[in-house]
Amino acid sequence: MTPLLQVNNIEKNYGARLGCKDVSFDLYPGEVMGIVGESGSGKSTLLNCLAGHLEPDTGEVLFNTRIEGMRDTLKMSEPERRMLARTDWAFVHQNARDGLRMGISAGGNMGERLMAVGDRHYGQIRTQATEWLEKVEISEERIDDRPSAFSGGMQQRLQIARNLITGPRLVFMDEPTGGLDVSVQARLLDLIRSLVRELGLSAIIVTHDLAVVRLLADRLMVMKSGHVVESGLTDQVLDDPQDAYTQLLVSSVLQV
Amino acid sequence: MIEIKKVSKTFTLHNQSATSINVMEGANLSVKPGQCVALTGSSGSGKSTLMRMIYGNYLTQEGEILINGVDVVQAEPREIIELRKSTLGYVSQFLRVVPRVSTLNVVAEPLLKIGVDAKVAEDRAKELLTRLRIPQNLWQLSPLTFSGGEQQRVNIARGFAHEYPAMLLDEPTASLDAKNRETVLSLIEDAKTRGAAIIGIFHDEAARDRVCDQQIDVSIFTPKAAA
Repeated sequence: MTPLLQVNNIEKNYGARLGCKDVSFDLYPGEVMGIVGESGSGKSTLLNCLAGHLEPDTGEVLFNTRIEGMRDTLKMSEPERRMLARTDWAFVHQNARDGLRMGISAGGNMGERLMAVGDRHYGQIRTQATEWLEKVEISEERIDDRPSAFSGGMQQRLQIARNLITGPRLVFMDEPTGGLDVSVQARLLDLIRSLVRELGLSAIIVTHDLAVVRLLADRLMVMKSGHVVESGLTDQVLDDPQDAYTQLLVSSVLQV
Repeated sequence: MIEIKKVSKTFTLHNQSATSINVMEGANLSVKPGQCVALTGSSGSGKSTLMRMIYGNYLTQEGEILINGVDVVQAEPREIIELRKSTLGYVSQFLRVVPRVSTLNVVAEPLLKIGVDAKVAEDRAKELLTRLRIPQNLWQLSPLTFSGGEQQRVNIARGFAHEYPAMLLDEPTASLDAKNRETVLSLIEDAKTRGAAIIGIFHDEAARDRVCDQQIDVSIFTPKAAA
């Protein structure tokens, strides 16, 4: 089987400060990988390098495109990369406000992505948007409301709907459940999990919440000071951590 | 089906001045299809550790653990994920689920994961829940609110939903009443009849004697220095 994403030796420095270094991994179709680590460990830097939001200093991010097979996304032209970002890729921001247009309606937020890939039939766009609202458990009658009138949890679900409506194959998520209260977090986890299974998505999820990765991720990568200190099956890394830092991290979790 | 050859395990505790604990050395074990092997030994002798190593939950330092030809010790994460989906089932002592998901879905999930039709999966889940005496009015609720015994039975239903060719059972009859214990034992017998290779930990001696063909005392694998 060909990997969907192949990452080789990514390194990113902010001047003299290290962002992340020597990161390599393969992600296969249908796999969900979690990236954990304390704040400042380089996990968001890495995610942004992979998603094309930041340019790494060295390395390759190879993506298995539908038409041309493996392509280095870092060497793609800007229009190509933008096309990829709104078709096969999706990016769910920690703060829903960063991923939504707050000034246009919920339906418009979803329609925009569809129109970007060529949909022009207003009726069909609206039907699809309505279907997705239902999938993320937002009442249909809110379709013409602006996201600014939504609660934080609803905004986050709308952001997910907006991202997944075009049927991407790879989703990047930056702390998708951060800052939400636990009951909303549980719904969102359930939603993400069932969407991943139904649509056969691959996802890379950055979080500092170990309980979230245990439920969502098949594989886990632990980062510290810009380096990957340990990686493997999620439950194996959490239950039998090998690295000193991972052991500290796992043993620091509060029991509820 | 399950072949374990010269397996060793060491825990290194980096945060306690890198203490290294050698917990298992040269463990060998073989289970054929239709056979059930019980792991015995006192508490702390390494029964659960060995089981977790077979499941790929604990890393193994040395040796081979072959399940249907796949070496868990060397396998890539995705190969282990695939193995767990289709070949190797594990019934742990604790139920770990996403909050808010209904009991019916929790039990049907292993089948949905391998692409079984939703209706078929649901029917199978209903059949198992009925057999394990979970009242029908609880099926739509999350098992997290259930009693210990009920959670244990949901966990068993989930573990037996898909007919895995190899199964690991960690105290499947603990905290169950006589009737449900009987049901679980018959589930195990059914699994053996269809040719599953099973490794189990049973504190319940009568249950062990009834379903197991062989018993292995894991304390013989404990290195002398640590004992």
